[in-house]
Amino acid sequence: MTKPTHTHTPTHSPSPASSSAASARTDAAPWLSRRRLVHVALLALTLLAPLAAHLLGESYYVNLASRVVLVAMAAVGLNLAIGFGGMISFGHAAYFGLGGYVAGISAYHAFEGSMILGLPGSDNMLVIWLAAVLLCGLLALVIGAVSLRTSGVYFIMITLAFAQMVYYFANSWPAYGGEDGLPIYLRNGLPGVNTRDPLSFFLICFTGLMLAMALVSRLMGSRFGAALTMSRLNATRLATAGISPLPIRLVAFVISAMITGLAGALYADLNGFVSPAMLSWHLSGELMVIVILGGVGRLYGPLAGALLFVMMETLLGGLTEYWQLFLGLVLLGVVLFAKQGVMGWLAGGQQDG
Amino acid sequence: MPDVSVSLLIEQLINGLQLGTMLFLMASGLTLVFGVMGLINLAHGSFYMVGAYVTALVTAATGSFLLGLGAGVLAAAAAGAIVELVVIRRLYRRQHLDQVLATFALILVFSEGTRWLFGSSPLWLSPPEALSGSVALPGGSRYPVYRLMIIAVGVGVAAALYLLIAHTRLGMRIRAGESDREMIGALGVNIQRLYTLVFALGAALAGLAGSLVGALQSVQVGMGEPVLILAFVVIVIGGIGSIKGALLGALLVGLVDTLGRALLPALLAQFMPPADAAGTGTALAAMLIYLLMAVILAVKPTGLFAAHD
Repeated sequence: MTKPTHTHTPTHSPSPASSSAASARTDAAPWLSRRRLVHVALLALTLLAPLAAHLLGESYYVNLASRVVLVAMAAVGLNLAIGFGGMISFGHAAYFGLGGYVAGISAYHAFEGSMILGLPGSDNMLVIWLAAVLLCGLLALVIGAVSLRTSGVYFIMITLAFAQMVYYFANSWPAYGGEDGLPIYLRNGLPGVNTRDPLSFFLICFTGLMLAMALVSRLMGSRFGAALTMSRLNATRLATAGISPLPIRLVAFVISAMITGLAGALYADLNGFVSPAMLSWHLSGELMVIVILGGVGRLYGPLAGALLFVMMETLLGGLTEYWQLFLGLVLLGVVLFAKQGVMGWLAGGQQDG
Repeated sequence: MPDVSVSLLIEQLINGLQLGTMLFLMASGLTLVFGVMGLINLAHGSFYMVGAYVTALVTAATGSFLLGLGAGVLAAAAAGAIVELVVIRRLYRRQHLDQVLATFALILVFSEGTRWLFGSSPLWLSPPEALSGSVALPGGSRYPVYRLMIIAVGVGVAAALYLLIAHTRLGMRIRAGESDREMIGALGVNIQRLYTLVFALGAALAGLAGSLVGALQSVQVGMGEPVLILAFVVIVIGGIGSIKGALLGALLVGLVDTLGRALLPALLAQFMPPADAAGTGTALAAMLIYLLMAVILAVKPTGLFAAHD
């Protein structure tokens, strides 16, 4: 690099020029880029595989696809915090589980016909989603306001500790099943849709994922996204430009929690069950793993990561009870040797943030 | 009545001290590793588990708890040294996110590997015969000797750790490593060996905690995780990197957690119907130390005795 250029022979000089022209050509044709092809292929796989499974009458695989999509959606939320905002939250299970408990508790009261805090329970998904999103946002506002006063390792440990607080609360609060969890006897409904049909439920989940990804994409393309990116790269510089980093981060953290919470509400409906396991720190870790496997700070990373994770879980889990041992080894390999994740390997280039 | 509650209070105070000393053994290793190497290690709980398993196995094979304890601590130290040489060494210059993931992966490997080798059912380890008695407490109740011994060991280790860090050559290097890593490398200290040593020392302390507690609870996969998270709360409260903070934080967390669980349900029963008070009290007590942490952080965001960030 530091060699003086005049030592170059004339035969070498055209090659850098032609390669830069080639890269300029791919940049100028985004519709045909490798990245976009990979994105379209991922979406097609996610949408077509369950359709095919439905036509073959394999509802197990349709539900598996719903699981992929919901885990991906939870990871889309986490990716907004980790990948785009640089906030390494080790406590997103708190929002995932809270969303799940909102669905469970509301269905429980609707089933019993009893009141909760003076309100009737509801088995309407629209009501549940609204409540899940608002409550998760509120919880994230409180946790974020304390946690974002710190940074680095403190932030990681504090978000983890707060999530454990919620976990232990759910575990020892006897009203909604405590450590045994709470079953949802009848899947919550949506006006005009038969949510008990696996394919319809998958399509609801898929729409949710698309909306979440569109929201993150719009956010990151806006002035807010630019400020968030700068708060990650250089908070001092952002402050010098007259924008205080803390509110930007807090808003991103809250939105991130809302997305993860909505995914959690749907996840509880998918399983017909919610338990403290949805709040456990293993789940926070797994969501983080999915974000990293897919590629940090990439819009489609969570989907790729979720596909890979659930596939590994299903395939390895079918072979051996101890599949997490192999997950650990794969993860070590990815962290130590393949920092860009699946999307870095498939789609190449820079992060989307 | 008053006699019973006084003896209950004393008993719970000692329980709290015992939890606090165990947490100190865990937290001091974590905080040393963070202070010297700048590494966040989630797999610290795995060394706790390794210590307990090896102690249970060796004690069962030889019949000697002391031998088992020694083997457990050595095995945890060896596991720490190996993990440092193979994985951790590559992580010092990486971001915290990579460290979190790699050490999370290590937890999966350790936990599932242990489950593979020994199965999911717990191993049994009982305290040595000589310490199985109990002593009378003021107020009339009796307290197991073994638990008092744990407190004594914890206090002994804390003192030894203080002497090691304040008065030995290794301790001097550890302190130098905490204040300026590049400089002690430049001064000719073999920094890689120092890192391995510190990591193994932390693992040995975790192994000791696991071995001692293993005789009170069951020895099983995942036993290190709740303790690890409590240890995180301890070092966040005490200030990451500070041994003094770890000691104070551990005692604070141990006492608040134990007393909260023992007293809150009874306290709430004064204002609420007893059935509700039990549930609410238990749930609130489980959250108490996290609320304590939030309050301390709101006042001092870097903990009580932050060494450096």
